[in-house]
Amino acid sequence: MRGIYIHVPFCVKKCPYCDFYSLPFSQSKAEDYKNAVVRNLSRYNGEQFDTVYFGGGTPSLMYGHIAQILNSINRSENAEITVECNPESADEDVLNALKAAGVNRLSFGVQSLCENELSALGRTHGANEAKNAILLTSKAGFENISADIMLGILNQTKSSLEETINELCGLPVTHVSAYLLKIEENTVFGKRYVEIADKMPSEDLQAELYLTAVDALEKHGLKQYEISNFAKSGYESRHNLKYWRAEEYVGIGPSAHSYYNGRRFAVGRSLEKFLGSEFQTEETTEEFPDSEEERIMLGLRLSEGIDVNERIKGRLKLIPREYYNLSDGRLSLTPRGFLVSNEIIAILA
Amino acid sequence: MENYLDKIRNFCIIAHIDHGKSTLADRILEQTETVALRDMEEQLLDNMDIERERGITIKARAVRLKYKADDGEEYIFNLIDTPGHVDFNYEVSRSLVACEGAVLIVDASQGIEAQTLANTYLAVENDLEVVPVVNKIDLPSAHPEEVKREIEDVIGIEAMDAPEISAKMGINIRAVMEEIVKKIPAPKGDISAPLKALIFDSYYDSYKGVIVYVRVKEGEVKPGDKIKMMASGAEFTVVETGYMGATELVPAGGIKAGEVGYIAASIKSIGDTKVGDTVTNAVNPASEALPGYREVSPMVFSGIYPADGAKYGDLRDALEKLRLNDASLSYEPESSIALGFGFRCGFLGLLHMDIIQERIEREYNLDIITTAPSVVYKLEMTDGTTRMIDNPTNYPDTSLIAQSYEPMVNAHVYSPSEYVGSIMELCQNRRGVFKDMKYIDEKRVDLHYELPLNEIVYDFFDVLKSRTRGYASYDYEMKGFAPSKLVKLDIMLNGEIIDALSFIIHADSAYERARKMAEKLKEHIPRQLFEIPIQACIGGKIIARETIKALRKDVLAKCYGGDITRKKKLLEKQKEGKKRMRQFGTVEVPQEAFMAVLKLDDD
Repeated sequence: MRGIYIHVPFCVKKCPYCDFYSLPFSQSKAEDYKNAVVRNLSRYNGEQFDTVYFGGGTPSLMYGHIAQILNSINRSENAEITVECNPESADEDVLNALKAAGVNRLSFGVQSLCENELSALGRTHGANEAKNAILLTSKAGFENISADIMLGILNQTKSSLEETINELCGLPVTHVSAYLLKIEENTVFGKRYVEIADKMPSEDLQAELYLTAVDALEKHGLKQYEISNFAKSGYESRHNLKYWRAEEYVGIGPSAHSYYNGRRFAVGRSLEKFLGSEFQTEETTEEFPDSEEERIMLGLRLSEGIDVNERIKGRLKLIPREYYNLSDGRLSLTPRGFLVSNEIIAILA
Repeated sequence: MENYLDKIRNFCIIAHIDHGKSTLADRILEQTETVALRDMEEQLLDNMDIERERGITIKARAVRLKYKADDGEEYIFNLIDTPGHVDFNYEVSRSLVACEGAVLIVDASQGIEAQTLANTYLAVENDLEVVPVVNKIDLPSAHPEEVKREIEDVIGIEAMDAPEISAKMGINIRAVMEEIVKKIPAPKGDISAPLKALIFDSYYDSYKGVIVYVRVKEGEVKPGDKIKMMASGAEFTVVETGYMGATELVPAGGIKAGEVGYIAASIKSIGDTKVGDTVTNAVNPASEALPGYREVSPMVFSGIYPADGAKYGDLRDALEKLRLNDASLSYEPESSIALGFGFRCGFLGLLHMDIIQERIEREYNLDIITTAPSVVYKLEMTDGTTRMIDNPTNYPDTSLIAQSYEPMVNAHVYSPSEYVGSIMELCQNRRGVFKDMKYIDEKRVDLHYELPLNEIVYDFFDVLKSRTRGYASYDYEMKGFAPSKLVKLDIMLNGEIIDALSFIIHADSAYERARKMAEKLKEHIPRQLFEIPIQACIGGKIIARETIKALRKDVLAKCYGGDITRKKKLLEKQKEGKKRMRQFGTVEVPQEAFMAVLKLDDD
């Protein structure tokens, strides 16, 4: 079964490191937006989906509209339905509305539980706010709760990272995504790159932070299943796994990507255009994407790895032994290997 | 009958780079209306892009102009443009022999430079009438009177009446042409004698074959004649003769003694038309050739390899085509463990090498890797034989060498006197032996050093320029071999010798260069999955070492909203980048690294 991704392009305030498509939130736009999404979903009435993912932006701002959108999707019985949330927007009303709508997984942009790191990232929430949001969510009856944390924040150290992870894992979280901060060109950080560049952790320290995160999370029973994703057993994100397993999904909303009927396509980054058209305009990004290269590129992001053939085996001599595991004809990368996976994939693919 | 010879003036222009040779040539072309003004393009005679950009002449050119002089007569001017660089000294000397006079341009603000002097001496040696001209008088820093005195003092020719001109502004150009008419002698020659024509340039035309530029000294040549190249012995039947217009060739029924023109004879190989050779009539040959012919032999060698091994055939085609127009370029196939299949190329000098490399990249759109330039070394072996080595790969085991020799040059550096200290230090560092120092005038000196050629083939000129803020110039001539203490320096990456990075060097310079090489490589080889030790060694002995730490982080952490295509594009880019690198075992070396080690700074 396929998944559905819905991109909600609204934020109260844009974070200085974020280059995802989002615009200032307003209730009237949210209403129009909901209608456009529902219109687009009508094309898929005949099909059942087993994952729905509201990403953003800040989808929790749309909490009042989520139910209506979900009602226009034909969901399978145990469908995984995720909504990304900002800690500051998660109050009882919001959580109850999402719960009632059928949402069963919340993903919080926690980033850090150290105040100075949060302010370095320009986040509007505090550490306590984040912790309370997770506790409230659990209280509201959600058992599948994910938290995003950031690695390589300005002034972050191994011990501050361990502190964040230890505290976080004391909360009822079942899943953690740990992303290395990357300075993207078209962001506030990108524009200020010159002034922040030397405050950024070095490449070596970033690597240390990553390995620290892997260790610390595993200690708390959150097993790594993808380069940046960790979960308690059975709580892996089924939706995100579709990406890495080259399974199909439909993307709705400006900047959303789809892989559908063997073709990859994307919607342009324009809310206006999305709202103004009956159906979103989709431009093909790849006509025949199902290649060996894709299998390697995507599969090696996962701890489950890929089946190896002779060609791949032959190339493994170019890769240090401590970067991969090879057993029963399957190749997977170790955490150290994940850290240099671009290079490894470029060698193998 | 009036003698046609009286109305001909064959001359060249001698000038230092940037002193305005091509600009003056353009002005003369303009004023004689040889070129319709709409065809005027800056520096018409330099028709290669590289020549225009660098402001230098690589190949000789010639053009025939008509000039109506103040005496009411019409004169034929044959202007032969000569290359201005020491690498092309022989070509210059042949161009000079084709003339009776030379216009010497001296920059009114800078005075005489090394190259000017060398070429002027060449002109004087060849009995040319030198007509001095002081250019750039429009510059605020111009001091024409002083420059004239300098010309008289240094070269020893009359210069007080030299025209003061600005080629750029078009000031006083006519005075130059009047000087040419009055001072430069008309050519002599016997039209009825057996043909003797001097080849001073040639190029390949895809329709007509090789076009040979000649100065006819005796006799005449016309279509249908059987001709013979006296040095190469090759014979051809003339298809076309004519004169060189400014933008195209102008066919004529024949060319005769005293004239400058071209011959086309369906010649396939430029090797048959060597500069300096004499063309004669095959049926009625001259008894002896014109003097001064010599085989030009390459001085500097380097390996040229396609960056993409699959482009070997394209590189061979490019070299073949370049050689069609440049008989002094030599090449033969070679292979390197590191770089695969390529060519060992011989050049007249560094500039020549630079130009060929640039033309391959630019005109043939090929990415190439070049190895460190090498000179020819002479080795006396313990078994009594002598070997000439121009490729480090062929350098024999030291135990088999009784004595090694390296080529030496006599170098003259001309510079404002305030830089003498710095220049002496540079020459000392390059194992130079001081010979002499002369004051050209109160402000400028001529420093004479004996230097090993291999010390100047890398970056001598660049360093000299930077140490003297561009004011110094230099010139050298070969001076034979001298005993030396040579070693072969190898570079190992991850324990493997990279043959393309090996070079032959004097033992005293080996440590210093080894250290710099290792540093440069560390700087230019990106971090990779494995740690990479860089070692420089002589024989088995390691004399310098650096380490490139292993890559720690190269990961795309987030893949947002299923945008797989973007990730794939990044992967393609990364793979593309890897393709441009050379793989040695597990080590990948970018092309820039090969280039960078050729340009080691002097500090």
